[in-house]
Amino acid sequence: MIKCKTSKAIGGVGHSIKRKEDARFIKGKGNYVDDIKLPGMLYMDIVRSPYAYAKIKNINTEAALAVPGVIAVVTGKDLEKYNLHWMPTLMSDTQMVLPTDTVMYQSQEVAAVIATDRYTARDGKEAVIVEYEPMKPLMDPHKALDEDAPLLRPDKEGKTDNHIWHWEAGDREKTEKVFSEADVVVKEQMHIPRIHVASIETCGCVADYDKVDNHLTMYMTTQAPHAIRTVIALVAGHVGLTEEKVRVISPDIGGGFGGKVPVYPGYVIAIAVSFLVGKPVKWIEDRSENLQADSFARDYHITAEMAATKEGKILATRFKVLADHGYTDASANPSKFPTGLFSIGTGSYDYDTAFMEADAVYTNKPPGGVAYRCSFRVTEAVHAIERMTDRLALEIGKDPAQLRFDNFIKKEQFPWKSPTGWEYDSGDYHAGLKLAMDAINYNDLRLEQAEKRKKGELMGIGISTFTEIVGAGPSKDFDILGIKMFDSAEIRVHPTGKAIARFGTKSQGQGHETTYAQIIAEELGIPAEHIQIEEGDTDTAPYGLGTYASRSTPTAGAAAAMAARKLRDKARKIAAHLLEVSEDDLEWEPGKFSVKGAPEKSKTIQEIVFAAYTNHPQGMEAGFEATHYYDPPNLTFPSGAYICVVDIDNETFEVKIRRFIAIDDCGNIINPMIVQGQVHGGLTQGLAPAMYEELIYDEAGNILNGTMMDYLVPTAVESPNWETGHTVTPSPHHPIGAKGVGESPTVGAPPAIANAIVDALSIYGITHMEIPITPYKIWKKLKDMGVLDK
Amino acid sequence: MKKQITITVNGEAHTAEVEPRLLLVHFIRENISLTGTHIGCDTSSCGACTILLNGKSVKSCTILAIQADGKEVSTVEGLAPGAELHAIQEGFKENHGLHCGFCTPGMMMRAVELLEKNPNPTEEEIRWGISGNLCRCTGYNNIVKAIQYAGAKMRGDELPSTEPEFIQ
Repeated sequence: MIKCKTSKAIGGVGHSIKRKEDARFIKGKGNYVDDIKLPGMLYMDIVRSPYAYAKIKNINTEAALAVPGVIAVVTGKDLEKYNLHWMPTLMSDTQMVLPTDTVMYQSQEVAAVIATDRYTARDGKEAVIVEYEPMKPLMDPHKALDEDAPLLRPDKEGKTDNHIWHWEAGDREKTEKVFSEADVVVKEQMHIPRIHVASIETCGCVADYDKVDNHLTMYMTTQAPHAIRTVIALVAGHVGLTEEKVRVISPDIGGGFGGKVPVYPGYVIAIAVSFLVGKPVKWIEDRSENLQADSFARDYHITAEMAATKEGKILATRFKVLADHGYTDASANPSKFPTGLFSIGTGSYDYDTAFMEADAVYTNKPPGGVAYRCSFRVTEAVHAIERMTDRLALEIGKDPAQLRFDNFIKKEQFPWKSPTGWEYDSGDYHAGLKLAMDAINYNDLRLEQAEKRKKGELMGIGISTFTEIVGAGPSKDFDILGIKMFDSAEIRVHPTGKAIARFGTKSQGQGHETTYAQIIAEELGIPAEHIQIEEGDTDTAPYGLGTYASRSTPTAGAAAAMAARKLRDKARKIAAHLLEVSEDDLEWEPGKFSVKGAPEKSKTIQEIVFAAYTNHPQGMEAGFEATHYYDPPNLTFPSGAYICVVDIDNETFEVKIRRFIAIDDCGNIINPMIVQGQVHGGLTQGLAPAMYEELIYDEAGNILNGTMMDYLVPTAVESPNWETGHTVTPSPHHPIGAKGVGESPTVGAPPAIANAIVDALSIYGITHMEIPITPYKIWKKLKDMGVLDK
Repeated sequence: MKKQITITVNGEAHTAEVEPRLLLVHFIRENISLTGTHIGCDTSSCGACTILLNGKSVKSCTILAIQADGKEVSTVEGLAPGAELHAIQEGFKENHGLHCGFCTPGMMMRAVELLEKNPNPTEEEIRWGISGNLCRCTGYNNIVKAIQYAGAKMRGDELPSTEPEFIQ
């Protein structure tokens, strides 16, 4: 599968070297934000609203302030004095830091209590008395635009309804024409439910403002430390926190998945309090606060349609989305993309007509719209296209694998222009699906299924052949708050040939300390074990936009290769000088330059680097370091072919995943072991929304499963033994041909599982099931259809 | 109204005056600064805080420090001295059993007790055995492999391959 150009000792691209970062984690020596303890540090806890929509009549802090050890209670009125009670969201909407008069969702921050220790802060929180005047909340996004709906954002000038934005892509008229003339049209309503990343580490920070130096050090759980520093400087520059006076440190991060991209009110309050009292302030949210108030993911209501010939040639797709954003649009998308990259939803198939539109509305739910291990709304799009592909197969009675083979974009059609304007860089969809089908003996499974159906047993086979879109992004289209989405690497090689490299990204478990070292090892021949990787400190790392959307390898990984190539060019000049030959007479092999035709005359990279400090050519700059800011020319388009086999108990409707095969194509693979680990983890995070996870609210605005007791994160028991493999179609425009992989499985797995379950239940006439597909939902559907008598 | 307690952690006795409501996990993390034991939830669901109390794995957010008075606690820091690795630590490293590392200490402490009680568990026994510990990153495949590896190492059996297997 992978041919390595370097020796195992060098450990370049393709080697499954063990992770360099593991040593500290397995010894209990990781340094997560809650492990940070500073002298004089205060603790903050947050009072939250029990109501989804209410006027605040009064906040009585007297009893709280009487608790020994409570230093202060901060309310929205206090922050208003500094104009810090509202903050901008990434999508240029506005979000309350603390409310001055109205709460907009259950568990919204209402006041902050600062105390000398964690327990006292909690005591103070319990003693704050808030009087509310509850109002009837708007919970159903379908009713958000009704005439009698409450106007949720009267604070926004000129706003007369709860509509946030309208977006569209593709060609509406052409699509209407194709649909009106097509042999076959299939249609389903689907809800991609509201879910939560629930990284095992919650969010938190230590804000440490030094009054003497007028300097803020902010330790925080962030996936994008540089962007945060810039935002702090833009928001608080007027009180003296200009960008050089702010240092953001993202220490070890206990999982991110997109949930650690946004700025939450707790961070801002901690900074404000530290600024006012001149002491470090720690805020660590608990799990229930995390689930109830931090950014959600998904929550798209989709009407999906597909038009085709009666033989099953896909002609067009049409998706209409209603997006529930909660009370503000706090999505984490590139600025120009309110629906993220949802327009990838035309999928892996060769047709030229599509139209997509989306409308976003406000409701009385928490804000968000973050990833959940998915690059910018790709999961929603892929669920729609892959469900509809199976829906079409069912409609015309064609095998869903064959239908896909008949519609795939062919290998030789790349680069391929999609109906919504993307240029897919490369792919080999036929090879991926064939490998998956061979591995699972697809034809035998269909025969077995036919036999089982005769016996009344429920067995289903589901396929998902998805195209991902990652690596945001090219600066002409992609920015966050105006900052272009490049990323960076800086490599400094010490005289003895060992190196340190720093990046603008931030690993949250992806293994950057190992894979980045492997990229540099590949390019320079310095052993990966001698390359130290650093990220997450804005004082030392070059500027970058952070780690999310599977962008680190496509952007910062590319920057590492390009910076290393600059150094290799310099090494060639030094080698020519040392060997007294012309540069053109030199040949490179990993780790050394030798003279063409005289291989005994050579210089190792270590000798060359030493010379850069001790014997560099006159006129050449001494030292051996390089920086590169990489602006990708295009996005990368990883793909996958997944097959899931389920058995369903025909009494309890418990779904058992018998096998799950995942064939991914993420281009060239830097470390197969780490890539496989990413795929395993992503698959379990695809299983989760397919069968278990959903944040549920009642009509009164109460969250019904806001703790880990009832928000069902899969355990090792629910998670099956994943079987993985790869096809390798390098990205033609990425310096090392890599594409990114972290999120592909979370994107691709849900429709494979849903398709398998629907396939099993299709004997009853079922054409669609809403995720998460629970035994209750199956029972209820069959009961409502009159299939069951009990 | 504080109470004096003595808890032996990783073989070393620690005496402190604590509030009766202090959770054992906070005693471990804050009173004696062993921050390898983590907190991932407030409902005893995630298992990130798992330690051994008199050799039995417990979630240290679920009991009070005063309940551990006079008892022996083992944490991740006590698994092996210095740079040495316990079999379970080696298992996790060699099999890519961790990504972000946050659930790892609790997961390993649970696995230690599991292997002591059942030195040669089946895959299903391992999966049920760690079902009180949540991992959000790995999808569990490699945690299972890590525990199988550690089991083999502790039994003195031949070690299983740590090369990743792929469909060819």
